[in-house]
Amino acid sequence: MVYEIVVSGEAGGGAGGETSGKPHRLELEKAAEGWECRLDGQVVHIDAVLPRRDVLSLLVDGHAYEIKREQTATDLHMWVGSTRFAVELRDPRSLRSRQKAGSDEKGPKKILAPMPGRVVRLLVAENSEVEAGQGIVVVEAMKMQNEIKSPKKGVVKKIMATPGAAVNPGDVLAIVE
Amino acid sequence: MFKKILIANRGEIAVRIIRACREMGIATVVVYSDVDRAALHVRKSDEAYPIGPAPAAESYLRMDKILDVAKRSGAEAIHPGYGFLSENAKFAQACADAGVKFIGPSPHSMNLMGSKTSARREMEKAGVPFVPGTSRGLASAEEGEQVAERIGYPVMLKAAAGGGGKGMRLVHTRQELRSALESAQSEAQRSFGDSEVYIEKAIVNPRHIEMQVLADEHGNTVWLGERECSIQRRHQKVLEEAPSPIVDPDMRRRMGEVAVRVAQAASYTNAGTIEFLVDEQKNFYFLEMNTRLQVEHPVTELTTGLDLVHLQLRIAAGEKLPFAQSDVQIRGHAIECRIYAEDPDNNYFPSPGKITVLLQPAGPGIRRDSGMYEGWNVPMDYDPLLAKLIGYGTDRQQAIMRLDRALYEYFVAGIKTNISLFRRILRDDDFRAGKLDTGYLDRLLAKAAPAGASAARDSQSTKLERIAAIASGMFAVLEPSAPGSKNGSAGEAGPVPSNWKQKGRAEALR
Repeated sequence: MVYEIVVSGEAGGGAGGETSGKPHRLELEKAAEGWECRLDGQVVHIDAVLPRRDVLSLLVDGHAYEIKREQTATDLHMWVGSTRFAVELRDPRSLRSRQKAGSDEKGPKKILAPMPGRVVRLLVAENSEVEAGQGIVVVEAMKMQNEIKSPKKGVVKKIMATPGAAVNPGDVLAIVE
Repeated sequence: MFKKILIANRGEIAVRIIRACREMGIATVVVYSDVDRAALHVRKSDEAYPIGPAPAAESYLRMDKILDVAKRSGAEAIHPGYGFLSENAKFAQACADAGVKFIGPSPHSMNLMGSKTSARREMEKAGVPFVPGTSRGLASAEEGEQVAERIGYPVMLKAAAGGGGKGMRLVHTRQELRSALESAQSEAQRSFGDSEVYIEKAIVNPRHIEMQVLADEHGNTVWLGERECSIQRRHQKVLEEAPSPIVDPDMRRRMGEVAVRVAQAASYTNAGTIEFLVDEQKNFYFLEMNTRLQVEHPVTELTTGLDLVHLQLRIAAGEKLPFAQSDVQIRGHAIECRIYAEDPDNNYFPSPGKITVLLQPAGPGIRRDSGMYEGWNVPMDYDPLLAKLIGYGTDRQQAIMRLDRALYEYFVAGIKTNISLFRRILRDDDFRAGKLDTGYLDRLLAKAAPAGASAARDSQSTKLERIAAIASGMFAVLEPSAPGSKNGSAGEAGPVPSNWKQKGRAEALR
């Protein structure tokens, strides 16, 4: 398997991040015992065990790491010890096929509910113009209200959220084009 | 002692009380709302009964339904926990009327402490120190100006029936006073149906330190030491410790004696907490009394060796306190972290949902009071407190080290938590030096995250970044489809938003 991997480091989980943006090329080949691993062309001797789902014990030249995988509707994170990294992982072969079918960044953008909650009110009407960062919908959870904002400047094409309705993470609240 | 009690609460505190009951051979009855059928307190109790829909007003706050369950199940007493009905004098009265013992103070004591001005008059008689100001509502703006002149600006206007910051105004100059008073009065009227507003000297950068008391029903009252609770945000405590880094034995004894006088003036019984504001010169002023078991009671348990829930039950059953004030010894140091379902990347907004992975710490000096488990769906309808992680050590330094280690072991996925915030606090220089006040946490969060500027740190993070890259590939080959994630493996096509994001990144690479 060959992967292209972009890792964004963080100073500490949740404390804001910085993207190096530098992609790694990872080659993994099943060997007689374990895996042969090349990172950016360099051979790395690894031994990997999955003690349970989403937890990986990795030995690299005698150094032991416990890595936890955290996946949400939109992101993939690796926790190495207690340091969190945002990871974009691609199989370059399948990327090409997806590129053809992929949506255009200039096209419509779906605004998704980031957490379960209840729609409290709408802040804009359909067909109104919005700025990037402008609040579109207010969602309430655990007695707190959160404005879900537009990711871009554009026109609100459609609003799916209805006040009073419950939403789940990943539900489409509105589309901005 | 009771044979069976009802616990009118949910989450970690209901589990905490169930544990105490099991230790004492008392059967437990719990109540639950529609979304809490699978909650931990329902799983751990002896009996459980549904009391209505998710909103608290239709379930956990329904006195009639809870008393009906108590009657049907034969529970002799009700432990209200904290929040919900715990400080509701009407509920305490309704329990008494129904012949069920309320595990807490009398309705009379609760009523007295519920109104800030009536509490203040009682306490002033008992010689309790107050922030300088009026103990009654202001009759006019002129009176307000006179009092402010006497005690000095800045002053704070506060609604007598208030709480949670409503009806409060900070006033720096005479010119601002009149309009601030009018708006505080109208806000108090709207929020509490009572426009009574009083005035106090504003304490700049106060600490919030509270004193635990216990009183039996035979006239014995003791204090059990203070808790430092200055680390707060949005009027919500985040981290508490005992003892306070600034309280010495003499100050502790003086605060304790005042706290006992407050409790006695209110004919208080059972567990209670007297909150003080402490200024930069270590003067302490009575703030209010919480007539319930506090969230942060474990730090007092660890530093006194007492079990406050056991003692609450024994007091409610009519027993005398089994020890005297002179027997109370403060030993070691304990720090509690409140683990909330909150997203640090989204301004600590609540983050309910399904817990897909839960790795929990253990080991020396660690206590964990938790209401969550792996696979549980944290409902969106209640307070975001999931668990409390408490570190205990011979001294503050060791408690910090143990807690930092335990936080390293703690991992929750599926929902977001504030675990990373605590590691930041515990490593902060001001925290380590004990330099705390109620503005501490907002200042810490306003600061940029600790930067990895040094070369050593950069090489370390580059190394970890490489490990993260290898690990993500190994996960993809060893565990290609992750159960519990709705999008399958990271190696497969993601949902639309990450598609365009990935494509954007991909284009940036070319």
